[in-house]
Amino acid sequence: MPAKTITVNLKVWRQPAKDQPGRMVDYVAKDISTDMSFLEMLDVVNEDLIRKGEDAIAFDSDCREGICGACGCVINGIPHGPDAGATTCQLHMRRFTDGQTITVEPWRAKSFPVLKDLTVDRSAFDRIIASGGYISAGIGGAQDANSILIPRSIAEEAMDSAACIGCGACVAACKNAAAHLFTGAKITHLALLPQGAPERALRVVRMVGQMEAEGFGACSNEGECEAVCPKLIPISNIAKLVREYTRAWWRGTT
Amino acid sequence: MTLDGKIPGGPISEKWERRKFENKLVNPANRRKYEIIIVGTGLAGSSAAAALGEQGYRVKLFCILDSPRRAHSISAQGGINAAKNYRNDGDSIYRLFYDTVKGGDYRAREANVYRLAQLSVDIIDQCVATGVPFAREYGGLLDNRSFGGAQLSRTFYARGQTGQQLLLGAYQSMLRQVDAGNVTLFPRREMLDLVVVDGQARGIVTRNLITGDLERHEGQAVLLCTGGYGPVYYLSTNAINSNVTAAWRAHKRGALFANPCFTQIHPTCIPVSGDHQSKLTLMSESLRNDGRVWVPRKKEDTRPPEQIPEEERDYYLERRYPSFGNLVPRDVASRAAKERADEGFGVGETGLSVYLDFKEAIDRLGVETIRARYDNLFEMYKHITAEDPYKVPMRIYPAIHYTMGGLWVDYNLQSTIPGLFVLGEANFSDHGANRLGASALMQGLADGYFIASYTVANYLAGASLSKVSTDHGAFKEAAATAQARIDQVLRVKGTRTVRQFHRDLGHIMWDYVGMARTESGLNAAIQKIRALRDDFWKDVAVSGEQSNLNPMLDYAGRVADYMEFAELLALDALHRNESCGGHFREEYQTPDGEARRDDDHYSYVGAWEFTGVGTQPVLHKEALEFQEVRPSQRSYK
Repeated sequence: MPAKTITVNLKVWRQPAKDQPGRMVDYVAKDISTDMSFLEMLDVVNEDLIRKGEDAIAFDSDCREGICGACGCVINGIPHGPDAGATTCQLHMRRFTDGQTITVEPWRAKSFPVLKDLTVDRSAFDRIIASGGYISAGIGGAQDANSILIPRSIAEEAMDSAACIGCGACVAACKNAAAHLFTGAKITHLALLPQGAPERALRVVRMVGQMEAEGFGACSNEGECEAVCPKLIPISNIAKLVREYTRAWWRGTT
Repeated sequence: MTLDGKIPGGPISEKWERRKFENKLVNPANRRKYEIIIVGTGLAGSSAAAALGEQGYRVKLFCILDSPRRAHSISAQGGINAAKNYRNDGDSIYRLFYDTVKGGDYRAREANVYRLAQLSVDIIDQCVATGVPFAREYGGLLDNRSFGGAQLSRTFYARGQTGQQLLLGAYQSMLRQVDAGNVTLFPRREMLDLVVVDGQARGIVTRNLITGDLERHEGQAVLLCTGGYGPVYYLSTNAINSNVTAAWRAHKRGALFANPCFTQIHPTCIPVSGDHQSKLTLMSESLRNDGRVWVPRKKEDTRPPEQIPEEERDYYLERRYPSFGNLVPRDVASRAAKERADEGFGVGETGLSVYLDFKEAIDRLGVETIRARYDNLFEMYKHITAEDPYKVPMRIYPAIHYTMGGLWVDYNLQSTIPGLFVLGEANFSDHGANRLGASALMQGLADGYFIASYTVANYLAGASLSKVSTDHGAFKEAAATAQARIDQVLRVKGTRTVRQFHRDLGHIMWDYVGMARTESGLNAAIQKIRALRDDFWKDVAVSGEQSNLNPMLDYAGRVADYMEFAELLALDALHRNESCGGHFREEYQTPDGEARRDDDHYSYVGAWEFTGVGTQPVLHKEALEFQEVRPSQRSYK
């Protein structure tokens, strides 16, 4: 599809710092090639702001190919924008029409405080993983890799969950700001594998405990998280989380 | 200064064992007395923090992004090599060693490469133990695929997301040490200087990227795991925040920089579509297992690919290199694509791309098999180009991807500054002039999980380390230097943005210091870089303030360092009057266009000493000795 040039009207959340009030500010992005990614469009807007001596819009981004999980904003009300199975950096301007108005906001969740503009603090996710989201295998002395047989279907299912990029869109989409899909994906990945079995019960109890301590909400099974997940991680991971938690409870781990 | 690689004696297969035994140890009870600074949380940094934390050292781990899980190792797609010989197809530690030395065009240190091949086996075991979901066969055993430069299958993979899965494995092992209280995380911190006291690396100065505060951190050893310098070319497959700053500032403090001109141009990237582009996206080399590379036989043929009949297609890699075919190493494949495009056979609107075609594989294996192998890559391609590679061939072109050069280190991964260790892509050590596919992940984890913990312990046990606080004069001086540079950037208040300067620098580097280099071009590049650097300090525009989150200010500091580093890269390329691996000098080629090495004069590591910005650095040479593999003209025909 040959590229063309469009103009879009942006309404962007500007907030100078963590504990300061923010507001929506209007910008016009002119001469935007439809081959540009959404973030490249924001780069162009920022170039203009800098030339005018104004503060550029702060947003996180790194790999710009949909795998690092750094980027993410709520575009026209949808985390990562209108494309299913794609991150903000993978969204291209060909998805928009000339003259369209686009609202751009940060993830909104108590546990993800806004640091500036579209940049939020997602360190709560690291603390959830640090609460048992690992397998306690010391470095060195591991047995031969092929001595652990894992059926292909199990390995593939574990990989489906392990594909989570920790972007936080699931939390941003949820009306309760729940982190069940994120947490459930790691619990599922590790619970499916024989290597993860010994710590299975303690892991789910600790991770869920940390998730709640961080202030993430409860899950009410509406599935917004699944709908916006750029890696299409299914809500069945939450069912698995609940099942693992119940199993741990029956065994007296809680 | 004489460069002593500190290579252990004895037969090559016993060198690492010997070094491990020679090394001094630190008693477990004493390890808590040592504080170790690690900068970077990619495979090398995270795995080193996991290993050292587990042994009981106190580790301070710094990362530039909001979370250690996002480091650029995550973008590696295709896989990780290991000499497991699970396929029974002739692999061995010696063969992986041989392939890597040959693939590096005989510019790597044999002993390092052999150790890497030995450790490759342990890495796979370690990763499986920590739950990395590698691809499996129906019987439950691990699967393998092939990569360029090898005639067997030794690459382990997790779909097209191997880097992600390995990084998350190392990240989880590292967080386990955070959980245990052995590792302290410092996210959103950028290292701005290395602090050297009495000739030893004793700390760093960082900028807190949220508050803008400069912070001082003291330790008994510093490990730089900060990756490569690909974005000196502006457009590359590297991430937006990948940069040379930490390595460059360490270089300015006395660490030698080795072989900066050895840069890798990856043959299969999505082509450039316009000036707005902020980065290029790699399409994994693993695609060359099933994809066939071709261009039309007729010059400037504008027919759509499906209308070009088989006999009018030129599968030029299969034609030129029948024994390796589409799986020749990266440098060879990249040059071959450039050659076809330069001759007018390139395709696409710009003529700067070639086809990577899956039709034959889809017909032979079925679309479901191809989907299982590469679906995430095909999806990624579709997002960017709006074309469906299941139906039309991909269009690809070479792009900057990896940098083999880096800070000089000895066999112990220690730089020329005692106490400063450099791991992973940030050092120069294992890949010579060209890295083979699926070897970067291997090196990052070998350095971090299995090497640094032994060699850092040996250093700590043997070094005489005085008590140093962050009030020491060296800390104050380093912090003042970092502050002065920030002030300088903010003071200019010019008219051109940092990105404009970066893009201009990238054009110079790609045009003159890219895939084909000449003496006159390199001389011109050096002049242009100097002029651009002067312009930068006169006319750069940075808005916002220092005492707040300000990504543009961070970016300005990094581009300022690239402006200095680029000159060293070009100088290194100018001094190396030969072609080898990723360094191709047009004056030095065989009649059929292959790289012509000059082992009589250039079989050495070129390590540069900083003498000031814009002044001639001093070259130090570490001679390369080949006792196992006899250097020969590399042939993949």
